[in-house]
Amino acid sequence: MTAVAVPRGRSARRRRPARPGGLSRVSGLGLGVAMLWFSLLVLIPLLAVVVTAADGGWETFRAALTNEQTAAAIRLTVGMALLVTAINVVMGTLIAWVLVRDRFVGKRVLEVLIDIPFALPTIVAGLVLLSLYGNDSPVGVNVANTRGAVFLAFLFVTLPFVVRTVQPVLAELDRDAEEAAASLGASRFTTFRRIVLPALTPAIAAGAALSFARAVSEYGALVLLSGNLPFKTEVTSVRILSSIENDNLTSAAAVATILLAISLAVIVTLDVVQRRIARRG
Amino acid sequence: MAEPVDAAGPADAAPADGRRARRGSRRRRPRPAVGRYVQRLIVVAYLFFLVAWPVSLVAKNAFADGLVDMRSILDDPDVIHALRLTVYVAIVAVVINTVFGVGISILLVRYEFPGRRALSALIDLPLSVSPIVVGLSLVLVYGGRNGWFGPALEDAGFQVIYATPGIIMATVFVALPLVVREVVPVLEEVGIEQEQAAWSLGANAVQTFRRITLPSIRWALVYGVVLSLARSLGEFGAVKVVSGNVLGETRTATLVVEEKYLNFDRGGAYATAFLLTMVAVACIVVVSFIRPDEGQP
Repeated sequence: MTAVAVPRGRSARRRRPARPGGLSRVSGLGLGVAMLWFSLLVLIPLLAVVVTAADGGWETFRAALTNEQTAAAIRLTVGMALLVTAINVVMGTLIAWVLVRDRFVGKRVLEVLIDIPFALPTIVAGLVLLSLYGNDSPVGVNVANTRGAVFLAFLFVTLPFVVRTVQPVLAELDRDAEEAAASLGASRFTTFRRIVLPALTPAIAAGAALSFARAVSEYGALVLLSGNLPFKTEVTSVRILSSIENDNLTSAAAVATILLAISLAVIVTLDVVQRRIARRG
Repeated sequence: MAEPVDAAGPADAAPADGRRARRGSRRRRPRPAVGRYVQRLIVVAYLFFLVAWPVSLVAKNAFADGLVDMRSILDDPDVIHALRLTVYVAIVAVVINTVFGVGISILLVRYEFPGRRALSALIDLPLSVSPIVVGLSLVLVYGGRNGWFGPALEDAGFQVIYATPGIIMATVFVALPLVVREVVPVLEEVGIEQEQAAWSLGANAVQTFRRITLPSIRWALVYGVVLSLARSLGEFGAVKVVSGNVLGETRTATLVVEEKYLNFDRGGAYATAFLLTMVAVACIVVVSFIRPDEGQP
């Protein structure tokens, strides 16, 4: 997950044109097998979603999306994902800053805590949030079956993305410019805004894109926590699932196509951002 | 990680308790300590309330009645079956993703071919696709009734959806990019000089891979494998769609958590969740110990 900020394109000038002769047949075969597997597993199934959505025709597609309950679910999901992403941009950058620039006992523990939402099964994530912020909350905060639950679940599962993309870039940042700015009388805030922030922006953008994509597609963490109440706490993934369970695959595919379009937009954003980092590095 | 080490005096060599660290930084450049403490406090509080406290409650709730809940789930043959299935699926998925991941990483980094950039971007797609959409897409292609390939496969006696192969495919799908994303940057970083040297000295492809490439990507690979393992053990949404959730057959551990909780067996749900949490935390701790090594040239 840390790979996002690492410029993949950098090797472009180093890359060897080709292996010494003989292996090209083997590598070609390997590429063929890999592509076949990737197509059977990922590309053809995802294509099937779009084709199934298109099969129903434009009218069915529009009807599926303008269904009030679906539209409400999409609005809630996208709105909440944007809000959570905005919070992640601020908190993620702050956490990365503290992890890189500060030193204190127990920092290792924080590192582990940040990765937990990535590794913890989403259904368990919902369960643990419910035990602290649910009906029997020991702190008296009950968000179960409210929009607060959606917010909290999104915030939990998207925690690592901005931190883990910003952290390596911040760690490699040359501090000379900052020290120069400070010695010329810039305040800490000015130094951060004018020197550090511009260098971090591509990484923050990449982390924000990943975090948005993850929030929009979240399902597991919400199952126990949000109650999936139509018009109130039902998110897009839940809508798709209930269409699948009602055996209405066309409608499910139509809504899924919207989510796929968002995923693709995020992937393209990441690709562009990575290339920009690579060019500058 | 990768902290800038400066002015390694005795103060820095000592355990970095708050005051020492602060003094060190003041020497480096004037900086109000209050701000730093406020930042630290905000971060610690945020992570405590969002992650540490909720996750620690799973242990408390799992053992609220002593060992009763844990014993009852471990005596339940259906839960045992679900745990076995989960481990089996995760191991198969990790093996597939490791082989595929290493292969595709080498192809992406060391070779030039048309569509390379598109492939490199598409590999990341599973990370941002909703698990429900993953499940739906597999059902549309491999569904036994009206999938694209499903009926033909079923006629050949091979059921994918509502059976173990479907669960494995869904799990492989969601964890697919993890190995690639760890290995690719390291392969780019190490360059090709050593591999070229091996080649020019007459090593064949297998020897070069085993003696040169593999050792250099070793830690990134372990990191990717551990992350894949955690992700595979915990997949829920995609598995829910493709598995049919048949008790004692295709129900996995994460589905047990949901089912137990919804059937008011809170203790059983927490006990199962505790087992899953332990594995996830163990994976992350392993990764955090590997990570510093990974950055070393």
